[in-house]
Amino acid sequence: MVNRLTDQLFTAAVWSAAILVLVMFCWLLGDLLLQGGHHLSWSFLLSAPENAGRSGGIAPILVSTLLILAVALAAAIPLGLATAAWLAEYTRDGGRGARAVRMSLDVLAGVPSIVFGLFGNAFFSIFLGLGFSILSGGLTLACMILPIFIRTSEMGLAAVPDEWRRGAAALGMTRAAALWHLLLPAASPAIATGLMLGIGRATAETAALIFTSGYVDRMPESLSDSGRSLAVHIYELSMNVTGGDEAAYASALILIGLIITINAIAQALSERWLTRRIITA
Amino acid sequence: MNMPSYTLGQIESGPSCCKPVRHLAVNNLSVSYGGKIVLNEVSLDIYKGCITALIGPSGCGKTSFLSALNRLTDLVPGARVSGQAHFGETDLLDPSLDVMALRRQIGMIFQKPNPFPLSIRRNLELPLREHGVRHRELLAAKVQQALHDVGLWEEVRDRLDAPALALSGGQQQRLCIARALVLEPSVLLMDEPCSALDPIASAVVEELIQHLRGSYTVVIVTHNLAQARRLANYAAFFWMSEHVGKLIEYGQCRQIFESPANDLTAAYVAGLSG
Repeated sequence: MVNRLTDQLFTAAVWSAAILVLVMFCWLLGDLLLQGGHHLSWSFLLSAPENAGRSGGIAPILVSTLLILAVALAAAIPLGLATAAWLAEYTRDGGRGARAVRMSLDVLAGVPSIVFGLFGNAFFSIFLGLGFSILSGGLTLACMILPIFIRTSEMGLAAVPDEWRRGAAALGMTRAAALWHLLLPAASPAIATGLMLGIGRATAETAALIFTSGYVDRMPESLSDSGRSLAVHIYELSMNVTGGDEAAYASALILIGLIITINAIAQALSERWLTRRIITA
Repeated sequence: MNMPSYTLGQIESGPSCCKPVRHLAVNNLSVSYGGKIVLNEVSLDIYKGCITALIGPSGCGKTSFLSALNRLTDLVPGARVSGQAHFGETDLLDPSLDVMALRRQIGMIFQKPNPFPLSIRRNLELPLREHGVRHRELLAAKVQQALHDVGLWEEVRDRLDAPALALSGGQQQRLCIARALVLEPSVLLMDEPCSALDPIASAVVEELIQHLRGSYTVVIVTHNLAQARRLANYAAFFWMSEHVGKLIEYGQCRQIFESPANDLTAAYVAGLSG
């Protein structure tokens, strides 16, 4: 009898926890929609901000955000996959070097983003002379998303059955060929997940960008121009611009929409890749 | 059951049919992992076109012996192979040996079928492409020939682009054999190729191995003594003493099974030990 009661209580607790999470998400989304929904329009998306962002739109900010993201991904994906491959395939017996790299990555993954911002400012903006630019911001973000991207991809590679590695080697295939044709495709779901986590973190970032890509809200003309990202824009509107709340809410809605869209695309792509290349019975 | 048809050189089966031409020469070969010796000083000659069975209980170093012959031991961290092993004129243990080219010559089949998670066609094309075969028609011809050789062509000709992992276990293993054959090796190492298969699939694969005789030099590890007896021209009996694997007796299959010289061999083949 007591056991049945505990079981029922436990069931209730599990259910309410799940419902609580759902309610929080809906509340957040509902709040954003209520406060900023009526501000949304095509012209909001397509026009430049006016009056410090209180009116007008977010077109240059959207462009800057996407450019910063593109720079970050262009730097992080090749570097991340290569490091993950090195960790998972080339140092499997766990040498001292691999342990040191793994530990650095785990520490880096937990470093607050403001620290990355300061580092990016000192290294990319000043030392490399890139100044306040989309390039500086994107590269700083790349540093930020690399740790989690590398570790997720590494785990994905490590989960690929060894029999395919041995099979490929026994056929006289090089390690690079096995990696390219078999292991990376097989690990693609994990890689896509790592990428999504990284993109999520990057698009939501303000602290790392304020000191690197800056907050100029003009349309950027090249990667060496300063550019304001959506998250910085929201921060700016809600903290420093009185009467900018409505535009801030609307921008936040766009940001969430952007993340959901990228998520959906990545999922669809990795699924398509899976069904085309990695087909299990 | 629908028996596959074969095109390989058909040599009458049964022990002692082969002219003993030495193909692989192994002298005092030892294998150790992380300093721990698992196989100690094995010497034997493997003859061209014959089937040589390695028998003995688990853990006595048969698989290590097999892996040393195509240098798959290189993949195991801490593995060390010493002694001498020659494949024709090639020194198998030469550190500067091009192992990728070697493994094209000496193919390997594993216990668990391991087709790649690709289509049937791509499974065969991938290793060919890696070894420089790019011509489309040549690829198609070689794929068809290899599938034909393992009796899989009729079964899969209409679904070459279907996933290889959707095939049955026996078909998967025959695909793996085709994948090794497509590179035109001269030696095939087989590590218990039938042990993960059901009896019917196992019989089909065994029949296929029978037909490889003469065209390929086959070295097969098996725990199935009846299978060894049916297949092999030569048999090597491995045994473990004091945690180290050793070769106890090597000779013609019939002699090993019918008049073994060593008491350990006699007890093992009679099913009294192991």
